[in-house]
Amino acid sequence: MNLTLRIWRQRGPQDKGRMVTYPIQDVSPDMSFLEMLDVLNERLILSGEEPVAFDHDCREGICGMCSLMINGEAHGPQRGTTACQLHMRQFSDGDTIDIEPWRARAFPVVKDLVVNRNAFDKIIAAGGYITAPTGSAPEAHSVPVAKNNADAAFESAACIGCGACVAACPNGSGMLFTAAKITQLSLLPQGQPERYTRVIGMVDAHDEAGFGGCTNIGECAAACPKGIPLNTIGRLNRDYLKATAKRAGTPGS
Amino acid sequence: MAVTGIILVLFLVAHMLGNLKIFTGETSFDHYAHWLREIGTPLLPSTWYLWIQRAVLTVAVLAHIASATVLAVRARAARPVAYAHRRKIHVNYAARTMRWGGVIILLFVIYHILDLTSGHLNPQGDPANPYGNVVADFAPERWYVTLFYTLALVTLGFHLRHGAFSAFRSLGQQTPAGERRARAAALVFAVVLVGGYLVVPFAVLTGLVA
Repeated sequence: MNLTLRIWRQRGPQDKGRMVTYPIQDVSPDMSFLEMLDVLNERLILSGEEPVAFDHDCREGICGMCSLMINGEAHGPQRGTTACQLHMRQFSDGDTIDIEPWRARAFPVVKDLVVNRNAFDKIIAAGGYITAPTGSAPEAHSVPVAKNNADAAFESAACIGCGACVAACPNGSGMLFTAAKITQLSLLPQGQPERYTRVIGMVDAHDEAGFGGCTNIGECAAACPKGIPLNTIGRLNRDYLKATAKRAGTPGS
Repeated sequence: MAVTGIILVLFLVAHMLGNLKIFTGETSFDHYAHWLREIGTPLLPSTWYLWIQRAVLTVAVLAHIASATVLAVRARAARPVAYAHRRKIHVNYAARTMRWGGVIILLFVIYHILDLTSGHLNPQGDPANPYGNVVADFAPERWYVTLFYTLALVTLGFHLRHGAFSAFRSLGQQTPAGERRARAAALVFAVVLVGGYLVVPFAVLTGLVA
């Protein structure tokens, strides 16, 4: 396959950045998208140019590092798939592919396609944890959890924190990420003690980080490579309404 | 957004049901219009109830616009650099047209008040004969008025389809099955409401109401 890539190049956080066109020949349909970028980088290095910086780690769809906006879609055209698990067979010979970083004020570009997702860590630090000592794995039946709660919590726990929800959201909101963590913890007994301080702390941290507000559009859930459902945001809303009615304050109070 | 939206939706339902009185004839419709000015009497002086309702609705509309503006400003600030590749719309079109749809609806409401409430833009504009005003307004030779009303109401339908679902969600609707029900209810509600409004101009256009 011969392709034309248009890639966002930005030397550093202060650089303005621009789309640069790179033709690439002899791409195998069996390559992953990141392997295709590796091939491009090898060629750029051989010709003395600066390779394209992009985030990646496990390349098996579970670490949440890859963060490419491919033709305007977070993680590319295949649903439920991270960019590292996307294969070139999803494209055709002669295609032009636009590759951009996640675009959000809360995710400043570090270089080229690499963004700083520290804002997500700040949201987690504001309440996305439990204070109960967990130690080694407890006896499974010592704390009963209803099957449907366990399933829904597990579904939300599948979030890998990649930020595709923010990238896809027309409002630049990180509410699906925040809601996934809220849902996971508020459905399990271990998450109950801090349930209502957590939701206020995490939503405040989300807003302070400069994310936009949620308007229930649903682009996030459509883009999510892990299939986090949109109704998690309803769970967050309900906890938030209860928490504000209780005036529970901030975490730790 | 949800709370002010619900106030406005309640008014839309009452307004739509009131409009349908036109099918009960001229006397009945004009009597209904007159009764609206007398609600609450003798406890309240004449037309006071109407003005209280207008004040509540104005506050609700302003608060609705204010919250929408806050969200729009935040959304703009949250993405300072736009994507070079324009994104496809994956999910419903209604959700993506809330802001400009809302602006169109606001302009329509201003026109509508000048047309059928104050009568300034109405060909007849007789406050004592609302039935005649409606019939004159949607006369076949004024087909462009009917067309404009239809477009505005379809826009309202889209706005309600996402707005009603979004209100459920904002107020804590949280299960996947409930989401399906809320979306279906929002769609049915939007279609019924828009249909209920549109039968009036089309009844005049086709001569059913004359």
